[in-house]
Amino acid sequence: MNNNINLKAPGSRGKRSYALRLMPVAAAVGVCGAVWQAAAGFGGMPAFILPGPMAVAGRLTDSLSDGSLVRHSLVTLGEVLAGMAAGVGAAALLGYLLSKSRLAEQILAPYIVATQAIPVVAIAPLLFIWLGSGLESKVLICALIVFFPVLVNTVIGLRSVSANLRELMRSLGASRWQNFRHLELPAALPVLLGGLKIGATLSVIGAVVGEFIAPDRGLGFLISIARGQYDTALVFVGVFSLVAMALGLYGLVAWAENRFLAWRE
Amino acid sequence: MKEKILEAIHLTKEFTGAEKELRALGEVSFSIAREEFVCVVGPSGCGKSTLLRLLGGLLRPTAGEVLFEGRALAGPSPRIGFMFQLPNLMPWRSVERNIRLPLELDGTPEAEARAAVKDLVKLVGLTGFEGSLPRELSGGMAQRVALARALAHDPEVLLLDEPFGALDAMTRDRMGAELMRIARDRRKTVVMVTHSIPEAILMADRVLALTSRPGRLRLDLAVGLPRPRREEMTYTKKFGAMAERIRAAIGEAV
Ligand SMILES: Nc1ncnc2c1ncn2[C@@H]1O[C@H](COP(=O)(O)OP(=O)(O)OP(=O)(O)O)[C@@H](O)[C@H]1O
Ligand SMILES: [Mg+2]
Repeated sequence: MNNNINLKAPGSRGKRSYALRLMPVAAAVGVCGAVWQAAAGFGGMPAFILPGPMAVAGRLTDSLSDGSLVRHSLVTLGEVLAGMAAGVGAAALLGYLLSKSRLAEQILAPYIVATQAIPVVAIAPLLFIWLGSGLESKVLICALIVFFPVLVNTVIGLRSVSANLRELMRSLGASRWQNFRHLELPAALPVLLGGLKIGATLSVIGAVVGEFIAPDRGLGFLISIARGQYDTALVFVGVFSLVAMALGLYGLVAWAENRFLAWRE
Repeated sequence: MKEKILEAIHLTKEFTGAEKELRALGEVSFSIAREEFVCVVGPSGCGKSTLLRLLGGLLRPTAGEVLFEGRALAGPSPRIGFMFQLPNLMPWRSVERNIRLPLELDGTPEAEARAAVKDLVKLVGLTGFEGSLPRELSGGMAQRVALARALAHDPEVLLLDEPFGALDAMTRDRMGAELMRIARDRRKTVVMVTHSIPEAILMADRVLALTSRPGRLRLDLAVGLPRPRREEMTYTKKFGAMAERIRAAIGEAV
């Protein structure tokens, strides 16, 4: 669970070493770019099969300046964030319930596990039939994808709260809410954020799947339109934007880990 | 003799283990007067912690009952402070915020809480470590934080489970003296579990000696040494005789 990217340079290490740690990353990007340019330039491949980095950069500036990239990105980001909020909310709530009641777990667990055996991608068309091809179904796909990892981690996190600390809270006469706020939440947070980290990247996939199936707006729509027009450079732009979005969300959770879990070391 | 504040009446506790019933405590009866300082000694595993949990309302007795000021104790009370055998600190809270926890839970005003915590930090000798995290503390320091936390909301009764178990001899003596002073000044009733017979005699008004499983009350000894107690009293004949009686009652070296 310690696979967080270090966005923050810890106090003891300075700016200099932060730059030093970025160097391998920069080098890797440089090498990839060079190989890519070489393959596109000397491989004799037409631009609609493999556009070079320069062509992609050109397409990127175009789509940025006409506002289309930002517009479609915001649509996708909105779906992802709304889906995550709904999915995380529902999962945390149900997870709390399941961790409190063995009976609830026994009754619900088989269904929850069974629904996870169904790939969301496979039932996505059904969701569109039932809910229409609007925003709701895409948000729901995101929510469904985020739901399971967060649910499992919530239950594990809450179950891992030390019995000794529970007894301490009891001896202090803590209320149910105080127990949650001062013990269960901070104790379960490491595992919960771990689940959120997985959920954040998966949720981007969910949104794009939805936009492929019912393309009207969003980065998935942009990509499928560009593909239809053999505008492969724009496909690349769309894919890179998705990667950036997933990385950004992942980074946000990693930042929260650094911020709230500093006590772990 | 002052009024009774805590009473154990035929207190019995059985645990249902994986294979068999375990009788941890068998029909223990005694009463504790207000402002009395009582130490409980006995061999390891004889049910001392269990007895303390029962007195604090953290466990329900299998039979018998605990009376707190004459009424049956149904659960934990804010007027009874508990210090566990393990420090049980919250790893995400600093020393200061761990000590402060009881005050946060009972809604003590910010300024008042801050002043109280400051005093407690000084009392247990942790000045300069207010911001440290539990993982940065030694075992003894963690135990001092736990003691400060038990004192934080100023309960009338203190139930202490081997509060000095992880301390070196010198800190132990100093903390022991502090505890006796607090108990007297703030008129506390204290029930303290300890492994050390001399410590029990030196600190307590009364020593309760339990025998091994199931824990039974074998000896209820009034110490009768004058206060304030001093380390030198350990070397008197009277002290030695009492230690011998307790040792004999427990029935094995502790
Ligand atoms: N929650 C529990 N479930 C089952 N058995 C328990 C539980 N708590 C204590 N016991 C058992 O009850 C007996 C008494 O335990 P207790 O912790 O009260 O002993 P103790 O006198 O405090 O020992 P020590 O001096 O080592 O701390 C032990 O045999 C222990 O295994
Ligand atoms: Mg014990």
